Amino acid sequence: MKEKFFNREDRATKIGFGEGLLATGERNPKVVAIGADITSSVGVNLFAERFPNRFISLGIAEQNCTGVAAGLALVGKIPVFSTYGVFATLRNADMIRVSICYNNLHVIIGGAHAGVSVGPDGATHQALEDIAVMRVMPNMTVLSPCDATQTRLMTIAAIEQVRGPVYIRFGREPMPDFTSENLPIEIGKAQIFHEGSDISIISTGHMTWEALQAANMLDQLGIHPRVINLHTIKPIDEETIIRAAMETGLILTAEEHQITGGLGGAVAEIVSRNCPVRIEMIGMRDHFGESGKPRELMEKYGLTASAIKQGALNLLKTKPK
Amino acid sequence: MLGKTITDPVLLKQEADAIRISIIQSLAEAGSGHLGGSLDLADIFALLYFSVLNHDPDHPSWDERDRLILSIGHVAPVLYATLAHAGYFKVEELLTLRKLGSRLQGHPGRDHKLPGIEFSTGSLGQGLSASIGLAIAAKMDKKEYKTFCILGDGELQEGSVWEAAMAASHYRLDNLIAIVDRNGLQIDGQTENIMQLEPLPEKWKSFNWHVLECDGHDHSQMLKTFKKIHSNTGKPAVIIAHTIMGKGVPSIEGDFHWHGKAPTKEQAEKFIKEITG
Repeated sequence: MKEKFFNREDRATKIGFGEGLLATGERNPKVVAIGADITSSVGVNLFAERFPNRFISLGIAEQNCTGVAAGLALVGKIPVFSTYGVFATLRNADMIRVSICYNNLHVIIGGAHAGVSVGPDGATHQALEDIAVMRVMPNMTVLSPCDATQTRLMTIAAIEQVRGPVYIRFGREPMPDFTSENLPIEIGKAQIFHEGSDISIISTGHMTWEALQAANMLDQLGIHPRVINLHTIKPIDEETIIRAAMETGLILTAEEHQITGGLGGAVAEIVSRNCPVRIEMIGMRDHFGESGKPRELMEKYGLTASAIKQGALNLLKTKPK
Repeated sequence: MLGKTITDPVLLKQEADAIRISIIQSLAEAGSGHLGGSLDLADIFALLYFSVLNHDPDHPSWDERDRLILSIGHVAPVLYATLAHAGYFKVEELLTLRKLGSRLQGHPGRDHKLPGIEFSTGSLGQGLSASIGLAIAAKMDKKEYKTFCILGDGELQEGSVWEAAMAASHYRLDNLIAIVDRNGLQIDGQTENIMQLEPLPEKWKSFNWHVLECDGHDHSQMLKTFKKIHSNTGKPAVIIAHTIMGKGVPSIEGDFHWHGKAPTKEQAEKFIKEITG
């Protein structure tokens, strides 16, 4: 990819979700939204205000929200249910498993407040296990876009292109919005954002911006990493991952999520079966987040460009000459 | 667009007993499954599929059909047997219950494409929420179909049922009818010992539902009860149907040990004789 990325402005990815939902709502009367009280903090308020008759408020009752979404989908509605990622995927996990996934219904679940960048609300509100739990559900598509623009495009794709359950995660804090409206996205197809063959950095969500900054730092050291934005965790782009393993020989993953079962785990499953190479993982290491400013938490837990740079340098030391 | 309609209680009883015999045969063949609740719901299912529901066995996906969600998925045998007797598929297929490759899964599985299965269930406490989705969609699209949801009484211990109960009355879903199989028993024994449900009618009333009670084995009483449900009341309706687990086979009636058990072939023969007299 020749494109140079720059941050147009900081925008929360949840805004992209709300805009995407609104855009599909304008086009398709079957799209309905389900609210679990916190609609304005998950971006659903735009849709609710524009289409009050297609907005269903169900209160703080995520289990019921999930089942009602399934019922709506049974008769051809396209329900979009969104709340904080912790409550959208874990409180109601069995309802997602049986009512949505086993029935294989086209329901879109939006998980807001992904990652420690949620900040001061602390551990209970920072979704760090949602990718792991959602990606083991049969039939589920799992999306983790990298910025507000991509979240908007992927929300539209999730609603209009997928034919089964979808989970899409996004964050709370304004973060760099750097991808172009015109950058094509295809669910299941990873994007190479930075060309290189010394090491591959596979990132998702907010960490892709950090990975790009790390790549610039490494470039200056004469090390050229390949940065792959894995916006679709499932179905995973095996081909791009295997090629990265074969061509660069080292893989560093970066995610705002538990490395166990998350992006790191998913990549390791593919690489170990097809082209075993050394992998290191940047992400949460089996512990909870805590309160603090978003940037402070990203720093504390090593979710930054400099941590990625250092991780890459450490990995490169292991590379056979 | 209707299946055959029966309103004579004597004939409904005959259908119910035929369903019971099929349940016993299919469970004996399967070697596992839930006999007690399946048998006690046979009278209600005969009434629903031969008298109450607006449906067409020849066109299972007819858009205007009433929907029935079996929230209490483990009594799938009564649903399967009723669907077969109503003409959705051949009665012989009931003998494939729970076997590899069968469309008759241990709990209803929509993906297995058995005609008449609206929704996969088996994990308790989920069907009422899905029923609300169907009922809300009907209101949105100004469709006339009704949604029926069959709940077990032990199932009401699941908190999600009450989230759903709250939402159904909030949205004034008078096109939604829940039926509670109030047999008073669950796997470990009596519901009231395991986790008290009473005062049950008052619970539903306080959630702003239209509450009706009936003898779940008395067809003439049930017919009258269903007639009392009117649309445009602005309230969802719940029928608490008082039943006896294992009903129809006197030697096991009221015995909670038969909640989750299948009869042997010999027991099956004996039970069927008890039904046919």
